[in-house]
Amino acid sequence: MDMSLKGLWLQMMPLGALIAGVVGLLLIASVIGGILAGTTKGEQGRATVANLNARIRAWWIMVAVFGVAMATGGVGSIVLFFLMSFLAMREFMTLTPTARTDHAALFWAFFLLAPLQYLLVWAGWYGMFSVLVPVYGFVAITSRMALSGETDRFLERTATVQWGVMACVYCVSHAPALLMLGPIPGYSGNGATLLFYLVLIAQLSDVMQYVWGKLVGKRPIAPTVSPNKTWGGFIGGTLTAIAVGTALYWATPFTPLAAAAMCLAITMLGFMGGLVMSAIKRDRGVKDYGSLIQGHGGVLDRIDSLLFAAPVFFHLIRFFYVP
Amino acid sequence: MISGTLAFIARLISGATARWTAPLEPGRQRVFFANHTSHLDFIIIWSSLPPAMRAMTRPVAGSDYWGKGAMKRHLAKKVFNAILIERPSSGSGNAISAASQSIESIAAGMGDRHSIIVFPEGTRSLTGEVLPFKSGLFHLCRLKPDLELVPVYLANMNRILPKGEVLPVPLIGRVIIGAPMRFDPAEDKQAFLTRARGAMLALRDQ
Repeated sequence: MDMSLKGLWLQMMPLGALIAGVVGLLLIASVIGGILAGTTKGEQGRATVANLNARIRAWWIMVAVFGVAMATGGVGSIVLFFLMSFLAMREFMTLTPTARTDHAALFWAFFLLAPLQYLLVWAGWYGMFSVLVPVYGFVAITSRMALSGETDRFLERTATVQWGVMACVYCVSHAPALLMLGPIPGYSGNGATLLFYLVLIAQLSDVMQYVWGKLVGKRPIAPTVSPNKTWGGFIGGTLTAIAVGTALYWATPFTPLAAAAMCLAITMLGFMGGLVMSAIKRDRGVKDYGSLIQGHGGVLDRIDSLLFAAPVFFHLIRFFYVP
Repeated sequence: MISGTLAFIARLISGATARWTAPLEPGRQRVFFANHTSHLDFIIIWSSLPPAMRAMTRPVAGSDYWGKGAMKRHLAKKVFNAILIERPSSGSGNAISAASQSIESIAAGMGDRHSIIVFPEGTRSLTGEVLPFKSGLFHLCRLKPDLELVPVYLANMNRILPKGEVLPVPLIGRVIIGAPMRFDPAEDKQAFLTRARGAMLALRDQ
């Protein structure tokens, strides 16, 4: 009894400390936002501060939702990420030029593939989890769209629907899949801590790139895709996130050096995810995927940095740490 | 309570948030006229209205669909407070007299306080393109020239629930509610219908 309580405490301690740290960070951000709101002059400056404060308020809500999901253990996180996948795919497919005849394939994507993928996470069936979308989803969607008989832009339509399922469901599901990784030797924490760590570093990198970009950002990295992503913001933001992630190595199974390398991977892939999703938005002629989260745009705008980072982070841990 | 819940579910499925391009004064009698691509259309418009306006707004629906079956009839009569009309079947000899009867029953259903939702294309468009308007809107306005005419454009509903499908796909729809326009008795039928259709199409790019 004593031993198991102690074990539970050891398991929850790193996660609790991380959550407390994030709440502290948000408190500081809210105070700074409040001060800026009182002191900033000029119309453009005020608009920027108002947007910043809307983002901070939305962060409180997102952290609360995420915290509640984590507190309910595995199921809560899986349900939360399923909902995010679902809403992100809704935003994605709305922008996708599908035909009337694709209705059934779209229905399968939303009500068959997405729930099945997360059921597999919950069941911990890794083998099927990793092939459901790329193998069975690929076959099912293409076949269903061929059966419906519409050949106009066939490859474009099937490819975009599949891309949407891959990005919004398959990639995102690798974040809660961290919960189903087996025990890591010498690590007392759990998958939930690693999930929190991944989301924290990816989102922190996003936020710090925005902050550094506003402060010192001048030269855009890819001006035709996203004029807001600057070299100054990119370097400042990723270095800040890597520094924080390295300092938090004690919450993970990583050595400080390995933690820095992991954070380098998360921030680079997070940046690429954001860039790719921006390219799609640019092509479709929209600024945001949606308007669900005040100041942030849609769900897909908020989680674009997880799309590539989640599966790679998952597989790096699986390859190097899980026996 | 049923209507509040239904309105919430309709907004959830369609993800639609209404955009009002001009404020509407309370207490006016008006005709919301919209493009028609899906069975969801009138529920979506109806659920986008503020509750007080919603309570005073009656959708106009074909009795051939909404009058069939106890469940649909109950929804149409008790929840949506719909005005059910006989749709003139094309080709039948008395189509014209049926049509004018419909206009009279719509006017009677409006009384002097209710607003209505109508789809002047007369049927659901398969492609999403807005079809030419049938003349019903014009004849109603001749009967009640003081009505405020509010164009409504619905985007993506034909992708959420196309004609012929039973299950909706949860894409994000849009409801754009335009500035009210007026009937001009001096205007002839074709000019009026073109002007009304133009006002609706102009919302598409908003």
